[in-house]
Amino acid sequence: MTKKKFKDQFITYGIVIALYLIMEILMKTGNLSSHLKGLLVPMTYYAVIAVALNLCVGILGELSIGHCGFMCIGAFASAVFSKLTQNTLPAAPRFFLAFVVGIAFAALFGFLIGIPVLRLKGDYLAIVTLAFGEIIKNVINAIYFGVDSKGPHISLNNVMDLGMEPDGQVIINGAMGITGTPRDANFTIAIVVLLLSLFVVLNLMNSRDGRAIMAVRDNSIAAESAGINVTKYKMLAFTISAAIAGAAGVLFSHNITSLTATSQYFGYNASIMILVYVVLGGIGNIRGSVIAAAILYLLPEMLRGLNTYRMLIYSIVLIAMMLFNWAPAAIEWREKVAHKFIKRNA
Amino acid sequence: MKKMKSVISLLAASALLAGTIAGCGGNAGGNTASTGESTATESSASGATFKIGSIGPLTGGAAAYGLAVVNSVELAVNEINANGGINGYQVEMKGEDDELNAEKSVNAYNTLKDWGMQFLVGSTTSACSLAVSENTHEDNMFQLTPSASAADCVAYDNVFRVCFSDPNQGLASAQYIGSHKLASKVAIIYDSSDVYSSGIYQTFAQEAVNQGFDVVSAEAFTADSKTDFSVQLQKAKDAGAELLFLPIYYTEASLILTQANTMGYAPIFFGVDGMDGILTVENFDTSLAEGLMLLTPFAADATDDLTVNYVKNYKEKYGETPNQFGADAYDAVYIIKQCLEEAGATPDMSVSDLCEAVKGKIVTITASGLTSDTMTWDASGEPNKEPKAVVIKDGAYVTAE
Repeated sequence: MTKKKFKDQFITYGIVIALYLIMEILMKTGNLSSHLKGLLVPMTYYAVIAVALNLCVGILGELSIGHCGFMCIGAFASAVFSKLTQNTLPAAPRFFLAFVVGIAFAALFGFLIGIPVLRLKGDYLAIVTLAFGEIIKNVINAIYFGVDSKGPHISLNNVMDLGMEPDGQVIINGAMGITGTPRDANFTIAIVVLLLSLFVVLNLMNSRDGRAIMAVRDNSIAAESAGINVTKYKMLAFTISAAIAGAAGVLFSHNITSLTATSQYFGYNASIMILVYVVLGGIGNIRGSVIAAAILYLLPEMLRGLNTYRMLIYSIVLIAMMLFNWAPAAIEWREKVAHKFIKRNA
Repeated sequence: MKKMKSVISLLAASALLAGTIAGCGGNAGGNTASTGESTATESSASGATFKIGSIGPLTGGAAAYGLAVVNSVELAVNEINANGGINGYQVEMKGEDDELNAEKSVNAYNTLKDWGMQFLVGSTTSACSLAVSENTHEDNMFQLTPSASAADCVAYDNVFRVCFSDPNQGLASAQYIGSHKLASKVAIIYDSSDVYSSGIYQTFAQEAVNQGFDVVSAEAFTADSKTDFSVQLQKAKDAGAELLFLPIYYTEASLILTQANTMGYAPIFFGVDGMDGILTVENFDTSLAEGLMLLTPFAADATDDLTVNYVKNYKEKYGETPNQFGADAYDAVYIIKQCLEEAGATPDMSVSDLCEAVKGKIVTITASGLTSDTMTWDASGEPNKEPKAVVIKDGAYVTAE
C-alpha cells in the first residue's frame, strides 16, 4: 500500500474514532442530551449501510435501490435468533452469534439475488434490485413463524394456521413483526461494526480483488480480455455489500423492540434515502458516505425546534447541500477559496 | 491539489464535529423556553408546571391521526389551565412528530424527555408506542397511550391505554355478531400489512368458532394495494357471505362500499373504531353507508354536552371534525388530571414518583369522558369500558340495539 493511501485510510478511521471518543466523553460527563444519546446508534447503522451501498454503487458501479431489503433480512434473521436463544444464552455471545446469523443470511440472499440480477446493467439492474427489495419486505410481512415443544411452525396465511401448542411462542407475527427483541445494541458495539465494515471495504478497495472489481466497473470488456472473471468479482462485491447491509440490520433490530417489515424502514423510500447519503458523500468515496449519513440522519432531528416546517426545511437544506457539494460552479468556487486560504497561510 | 484535498477533508471533518457538539449544547440548554406552536401555555407564577408530552405522526400519510391526538391534548390542557390547572398548578404540553416510524418515535420521546416531560400521552400508533414503552419503562415514566391498540403495547406496568385493544375489538365484534344473530356466513377484508387490522382479524376469526357463525372468506390487501377491492369483494359474494366484516380504516372502507355498490353486492357491513370518520370522506356518497354498523367508543355527532363542546372547540381552533383518536387523547389528559388530583401530586416530584402516584390511582378511579361514561383500569393496563355499537341511519350515527 502506498503512503498516501495509508494516510487516507487513517483519516477515515480517525474521524470515526474521534467522533466516538468525543461522544463517550460527553456521555460520561453528562453533557449529552438524551435526545442525542438516542440518535447515536441509528446514526451509526445508517453509516454502516451507506458504506455497504457505496461498495455496490461506487466500487462495483452497479446502482442498487433495494439495499434496505438486505438490511431487513439481517434484522429479521438475527431478531429471530435472539428471541429463540433469549433464555438460554448470556447476552454477549448471543449478540455475537446474532451478528453471525444476520450477516450470513443477508450474504446468502445477496448471493442468490445476485445470480439473476448481475446479468443486467445500469437502469435495468436498478429496477430489478428495487423489485427484490420490495419482494423481501412483502414476503417477511406475510410470514407467521412460531416455535413450540414440537418444533418450529411456519405459515403464510395467519397465526391460526400455525397449529401451535398452548406453550408455543409466536416469533414472527406477520405484519405485526417481531416484538420484544432484547436491546443489546449500544454505541460502542455500533462503532466497532462501523470500523470493521470500513476496514473490510477499504482493504478490499486496495487489494488485488478490489482493483479487479474497479476494472470491471470502468470497462468490463477490457477487464474480461485481461483475464478477469467478471461474474466472480461482481458476485463478490455484491455479496459483501449485502453482508454489511445485514450487519446494519442486526444493529437496527437490536436497538428497537418493535420490528416490522414496513416501508418506513425497509421500503424503496428508505433505500433511496441511503442512496442519497452515498451520492451526497460522493460515489466511491467511503469516508464521504459516513460523514453524509451522520449529517443527514442528524439534520431532521436537530430541526425539531421548527415543528411542522422541519421536513420542508430539511428538503431545502438537502438541495442546498447537494448543490454546494456537487454543482461544478460550486466546486470551482470552493477550490478558489481554498486556494486563497492556503496561499495566505503559506 | 493533494494538499488542498486534505485541507478540505479536515475542514469537513471538523465541521461535522463542530456541528454535532453545537447540536448537543443547544439541545441540553435550549429547551426550557416554551416556544413553538405546540407548546400551549406559559408557566404559572410559581414556575412549577406539570409537563405532558405527546407523540404522533404529524407529517406524512398518517398525519391525520397524530394531529388529532396532539391537537386534542393541547385543547384539553388549555381548558384545564383556564379552569385553574391541576392541584393549582398550570400544565404545559408539547407535541413531537414521529413520522409513523418507531425509530423516530423513540427520538421524539428523548426530545420530550430533555424538555422535562413528566407524563406521556402517546405514541399514537401501535408499533411506535411499543418501541417507546421500552424507554418509558426504563425511566419509569407514566405512559398513557390514547390509541395504540396492539396487545403488547401495555405489557409494562407503567403503560396504560384509553382505547380498546385489538383483541378486545375483535372479540367484542364477534360476540356482538354472534349474540345478535346478524349472520351465519361472514366474510372479512383486512389489511395484512397493518398491525391494527390484522390484530383484530386474528381474534375475530378465533372467536367466530365459539359464536356459531362461519368465516367463509378472509381476504387481505396491503398498504401498497389499497385501491381496488373487486377481487376480494367478488370472493365474498361468491361465498354467499351475508355480512362483511371490515376491521380497517374508513378511507379504504369507503372504497369498498362504493365498489360493492357497483357490483350490486349488498351484505351487512360491520366495522370497528377505525371506521369512524366514514361520513366525512370527500366525494363519498354517504347514502352507501346506510345500515353500516360499527363498534366505536366515540361519535362526533353525539348530543351529550361533553362531546358537543369538544367538537365545537376543536372545529373552531383547528377547522376540522375530530375523530376517535382525538377523543381518546382528550380523555387521556383528563384521566391523568383525575389521578393527580386523587394523589395530591405536585410538579416538583420526580418523574418516577409521579409515575408511582398515578399508577396507584388509575386502578382505583372511575373516569368519565368522551369515549365512555365509566372507564376503569386494572393493573394490566387495559381499560374496561362498554363498546358502543352504532348504525348509520339517514347519514348519522344511531345507537344500535
